[in-house]
Amino acid sequence: MTSVTTTLQPRVAPRRRIRLSWSDLRGIIWQVLIVGAILGVIWYLVDNTNRNLTARRIATGFAFLDRVAGIPIGESLIDYDPSIHTYGRALFVGVLNTLRVSIIGIVLATVLGTLIGIGRLSTNWLLAKITAAYVEVMRDIPLLLHLLFWYTLLQQFPGPRLALHIGDSVFLSNRGIGVPIVQWHDAFSWMALACGLGCAVIGLLRRLARRRQEATGHRPLLWPLSVGLLIVVPGLVWFGLGAPFVVERPVLRGFNFQGGATLSPEFAALLIGLVIYTAAFIAEIVRSGIQAVPRGQWEASRALGLRRGAILRRIVLPQALRLIIPPMTSQYLNITKNSSLAVAIGYQDLVSIANTTLNQTGQAIEGIAYIMAVYLTISLSISLFMNYYNARSALTER
Amino acid sequence: MKRHKIAGWLLGAGLVAVTNVVSSGVAWAQGTPTQPTAAQGSGSATLDAVRQRGEVRCGVVGTVTGFAQPDSQGVMRGMDADVCRALAAAALGDGEKVKFIVTTAQNRFTALQSGEVDLLARVTTWTLGREANLGTLFTGINFYDGTGFLVKKSLNVKAAKELAGATICVQPGTSTELAIADFFRANAIKWTPILIQDVAEIRAAFLSGRCDAYSTDASGLASFRFTQGDKKDDFILLPDIISKEPLGPLVRKGDDKWFDLVRWTLFAMLAAEEFGVTTANVDAMSESKIPDIRRLVGLEGDLGKALGVDNKFVVTILKAVGNYGEVWERNITPMGIPRGINNLWNKGGLHYAPPMR
Repeated sequence: MTSVTTTLQPRVAPRRRIRLSWSDLRGIIWQVLIVGAILGVIWYLVDNTNRNLTARRIATGFAFLDRVAGIPIGESLIDYDPSIHTYGRALFVGVLNTLRVSIIGIVLATVLGTLIGIGRLSTNWLLAKITAAYVEVMRDIPLLLHLLFWYTLLQQFPGPRLALHIGDSVFLSNRGIGVPIVQWHDAFSWMALACGLGCAVIGLLRRLARRRQEATGHRPLLWPLSVGLLIVVPGLVWFGLGAPFVVERPVLRGFNFQGGATLSPEFAALLIGLVIYTAAFIAEIVRSGIQAVPRGQWEASRALGLRRGAILRRIVLPQALRLIIPPMTSQYLNITKNSSLAVAIGYQDLVSIANTTLNQTGQAIEGIAYIMAVYLTISLSISLFMNYYNARSALTER
Repeated sequence: MKRHKIAGWLLGAGLVAVTNVVSSGVAWAQGTPTQPTAAQGSGSATLDAVRQRGEVRCGVVGTVTGFAQPDSQGVMRGMDADVCRALAAAALGDGEKVKFIVTTAQNRFTALQSGEVDLLARVTTWTLGREANLGTLFTGINFYDGTGFLVKKSLNVKAAKELAGATICVQPGTSTELAIADFFRANAIKWTPILIQDVAEIRAAFLSGRCDAYSTDASGLASFRFTQGDKKDDFILLPDIISKEPLGPLVRKGDDKWFDLVRWTLFAMLAAEEFGVTTANVDAMSESKIPDIRRLVGLEGDLGKALGVDNKFVVTILKAVGNYGEVWERNITPMGIPRGINNLWNKGGLHYAPPMR
């Protein structure tokens, strides 16, 4: 057996004379016809669109991206002023807002969904039934209703002047949740740098420790050093730079709270709606993934004396992951695309801003093309990453 | 492998084709309705299409009392709705032959461009950009409006400039949105916009206190306040009108005859008010000796024929909806909006119809 495998050579395909049979020819003709027909249809559509746009004197092209927008935007991650900035920047604000809600939504939905999925398999009757009910109820309600429900609910809080509050720093009103933030100081950048360096060093040490473990069977104790690198060193940096710490609290001034950070009701409603809805689907994916791992794995692990938590973490979940990742990718894409329902509750995501833009400029085709291009890019990026992750965690088999 | 590649290409090409259908559906779905067709037609493709169809397709707002909103019987009521009826009366001789198509602030221009509606009478502001970039033509002004602010009385705000730091509910894709941004920019006031597309949702947000102020055309605010019934005194309309918002019906570019008909339908209603011709007395006007009136009601001249319709088209309009003043009395007066600049030119207002001759 071993001698055979060593002598195996890559097989070279025998050279074939090119010979066209009738069926080959027929295949080629069909393909040419179909491709030709499709190209013809595309040409007709593009030509017709252009001709009609010209006939109606409707402006075309992407020149509007450089024009001053003038459209106000409620919340923005980057500096945006409608009187200075262009449509291009306004649309970019929209892209960032979409990414912001999608990324946070994906993380939270994954955590919540995984917990609920595991909960459904719990031996605790109450927990299993509650999580089952959650899944069945939440996934049956259309997402738009989720969003409208949460948005209406969040509007029921009292106005800013009667805001519910915890001490004088956290305020809950129909304008959102106001929380205090620490004012930014240069020292924080240095602390972040120290933390990053610490992480790099720990990573290196872990590899050394692993090598030592493989060689000697003993794993050196790393955590005291890690704590030192991640907490003590940045702490010293902070102290050395004068220990800056100024808290900025939200204060009611005029109509609204000024200062601090505000989580707007629109963003909160969209995020809560997306997370709660998608978590129900993710829970089912996780549950089915875990149940697909053969019972023998559980029994064998139990025979080794592992506890339930350890079995789940070390034996079952890693194997379930291979089944979970592909459908999970679809859910992540769903969150991203579903975030476009934001338009119903006034969160200004990409679609909302692009809609306004195309309405103010009248350039619908360009606006829709922009939306499609952005969603395609985001979706393909998620797919690519998840496929890479899937390939990495797949069982290596021949 | 090769097969898969080809399949992939086909799929890709198919996708491109599908997206093209979606994006070009605007122009594609209707072919070219703006070109004059048969020689024996009216010279207006839209008018010919309307006659063949037997109804005028009219894009309206559908949610604003006084302009276009269905009553308890499901009949569309309001000033814009009456413009549609007047046009149907002129074009088809029957004011009820209108199909009302409710459009949103965001899809209205596409609906007009694509030919889904024959005209848009949807509280739409006449601006240079909309006429120059969107392939549309405004046929005139049927309501002189301006952007205003509605606030809760309990807020104790007396003027728009006191709204510094306020949160304001606005509909996206409107000229209001741009007007407010301009106003606060000019006065260096910070504000927070809440932009919700759906009119019902944005009003709910304002009522719940999510926004300090609700802004749109002053007429729309008055109409909204009016619909609050007993609670309407909890809200006040700030005295500031921060922009000019001339509202009027608009049509597609490229069909001048249709444009003429819509424009002169509006003027005919104004002229009728000016000459004192109403629904009630239009029949008696056949006895009139005044040349202007005789021309207006089709006793002399060929005004209707010049527009491609019956010479007695104004009589049909007046029997269907009445003159401009009557339309105003029926739709706008109940909301408590004074006539103001919407009066006729000789009564201190801005409405002025050119000579109908």
